[in-house]
Amino acid sequence: MDWGFIFERSFSAMIGPEVVVYALAAVGLNVHFGYTGLMNFGQVGFMAAGAYGVGVSVFWLGWNFWVGIIFAFVYAGVLALLLGLPTLRLRADYLALVTIAASETIRLLARSRVMRPITGGVEGVNQFAGPFYDLSPFELGEFYSFGPFKYLGRDVWVLMVGWTLLILITLMVRQLMRSPWGRTLRAIREDEDAARALGKNSYFYKMQSLMLGGMIGAVAGVIQVIQKASVQADTFNPVITFTIWTILIIGGPGRVWSPIIGSSIYWTLIVFIENTLRQLPPDLRSTLEDTVQLSDFNIAMLRFILVGLGLMLLARFRPQGIFGSREEMALDSR
Amino acid sequence: MTVADEPILVATGVVKTFGGLRAVDVDQLEIRRNKITALIGPNGAGKTTFFNLLTGFDQVDEGEIQFDGKVITGTPPHRLAAEGMVRTFQLTKALAKLSTIENMKLGALNQRGEKFWAALIPGYWTKQEQDIEQRADAILQRFNLTHMRDEYAGTMSGGQRKLLEMARALMTDPRLVMLDEPMAGVNPALAQSLLELIKALPGEGRTVIFVEHNMDVVQEIADWVVVMAEGRIIAQGTPAEIKTNKAVVDAYLGAHHGEDLSQVELT
Repeated sequence: MDWGFIFERSFSAMIGPEVVVYALAAVGLNVHFGYTGLMNFGQVGFMAAGAYGVGVSVFWLGWNFWVGIIFAFVYAGVLALLLGLPTLRLRADYLALVTIAASETIRLLARSRVMRPITGGVEGVNQFAGPFYDLSPFELGEFYSFGPFKYLGRDVWVLMVGWTLLILITLMVRQLMRSPWGRTLRAIREDEDAARALGKNSYFYKMQSLMLGGMIGAVAGVIQVIQKASVQADTFNPVITFTIWTILIIGGPGRVWSPIIGSSIYWTLIVFIENTLRQLPPDLRSTLEDTVQLSDFNIAMLRFILVGLGLMLLARFRPQGIFGSREEMALDSR
Repeated sequence: MTVADEPILVATGVVKTFGGLRAVDVDQLEIRRNKITALIGPNGAGKTTFFNLLTGFDQVDEGEIQFDGKVITGTPPHRLAAEGMVRTFQLTKALAKLSTIENMKLGALNQRGEKFWAALIPGYWTKQEQDIEQRADAILQRFNLTHMRDEYAGTMSGGQRKLLEMARALMTDPRLVMLDEPMAGVNPALAQSLLELIKALPGEGRTVIFVEHNMDVVQEIADWVVVMAEGRIIAQGTPAEIKTNKAVVDAYLGAHHGEDLSQVELT
C-alpha cells in the first residue's frame, strides 16, 4: 500500500475545491436551519440556480461573465422569494416539501429536451468561465505544492478565490447573528409566536433568511461550475442536499465555523476511505471482492456507507456535532 | 368623558366558529383603562380563543375590535405589539436557547439593529443596544431574575419562565398587557411576588387583562371580572358581585348542565 499517496490525496482533499463549495452551501443552510429553523431540503436547487444563472447568461446570452455572476445571485434570491411566498406562512414542513420538489424540478427541467436550447439539456453548458481563469496568476496546467498540499494551477486559483469568499461570507454571517437581527432569527427558531407577540414580523424575517441562505448557496454553485468549467444538470441531485445536511450536522447547526470544519472532515474522510480501499494489498483485495463483492464500482458506494455509519455514531455519541453544546441540546428535551 | 374614562379595548359582536361550534360569541365587551380585568370561566368557555382574537393570533368571523379608539380587527400580532398591546401565553414561551438577557432584549421595539443591512454595521446600533440592555437589567432586577441573567432560559423552572415572559412583555412598554393564565404552574412562593408585580402595572399606566382559573387570585387582584361560558359573556362585575352571582356559580358547578345557557336567568 502506498500510504504516501493516500495521505497526499487526503491532505489535498482537506482544503480542496469540494470543501469550499460544500462549506459555502452549508453556510447557507446554516442560516436557514441552524439560525432560523427553516427546513430547507432543496439547498442544491439554489446551487443549481447560481450555476445556471452564470452558465446560461454567459454562454447562451453572451453576457459579460461578471454580469452573469451578479445575475446568478439575483436569480437565486428571486427563487427563494418565490418558494417562500406561499410556504413561510405555513408550518415548517411545507417549506421542506416545496424546496425538495423545487430543486428536483429545476434539475429535471434543465436536463429536459425542451429546455435544450437554453440549458444544453443533459450535455449542459460549458465555455463560460474563461474570464475567471484569465485573471489567474498561476499557470493553469501546472502542479503546485504547498507542504503536504498539491493542486493544479487552475485549482489553486479557484481555491484562493473560493476560500477568500468562504471566510468573508462566514464572517458576515457571524456579524449578522451577533446583531439584533440575528437574535430575532434565533427567537423565531425557538418560538415563532413568541417573536410575533413581541412585535417581530416573523414572515418577513424568515423570507430574508431564506433569501440570504439561498444566495449563499448560489455562490457555492457558481464556484462549483467555475471549477468544473461546465454546468451539468445531474450533478445537482438531491444527494448533494443531504451531503450538505450531513456536513452541517457533523459541525453542529447554529455554530459559525461548523460548515467549514464539517465540510473539511467529510471530504477528508471520503477521499481517505476511497484511496485506502483502492490501495489494499492484492490478496486482501481479492478476498474482499469474493466475500463482499468489493469491486471498483462498489468502493464508491462503500465510502458513503461508511460515512453513514460515522453519522450514526455521531448521532449516538455526540448529537450536538463538533461545535454544538451538549447543554443546549439538553434544553430541547425539557 | 375624559380619555381616562374611555375604554382601552372594545369588542363588538365578535363571533368565531369552528365548524358548527360557536367558540366565541361576544355581543359587547369594554375594558376599562388602567384597571385589572379578569376573564374567567369553566374549561372550554372560549377564553383563550377570545384572547387569540383580541391579540390578532386568530381572525374573527364577524364583529369588530377597537384598541384605543382604532379598529384593529385583522391586524397581525406584530403590529399590535407596536401599537402597545402585548400578550403572554398559557403554555409559557421562554426562548430556551437564548439567554435570559437575550430574551429580554428581544422584547424591545423599534431596534435599529433589527434591519438586515444595519445589522452589518454595529456602530449604527450598539448605543441603542446598550440602552436596551440597561432597561432589561432594571426589569430583571424588579422580577428577581438577575441571577439568571446569563443562563439559558431553558434552564429555568416553570415559575421563573412565567416571570420571564411577563418581564419580556414589559420590554415592549405596552399600554395593554394580556396575560393568559399567568399563575398556572407557579409555586406559591413565586405566585405571591408575581401577583404583586401584576398589581403594580396599572400604577404605571398599563391596563391588564388576564385569564385565570384560580378564584382566590381573581378576588385578590382583579378590579373587574368578566365571566365566559360556552363562548358568551354571562356576567360582569366586581369580584365581590361575581362571587355571589347565581349564573356564575351554576356555570362552574354545572347546575344547569345540558341546558341552553341563554335561557338561564341572569341576576
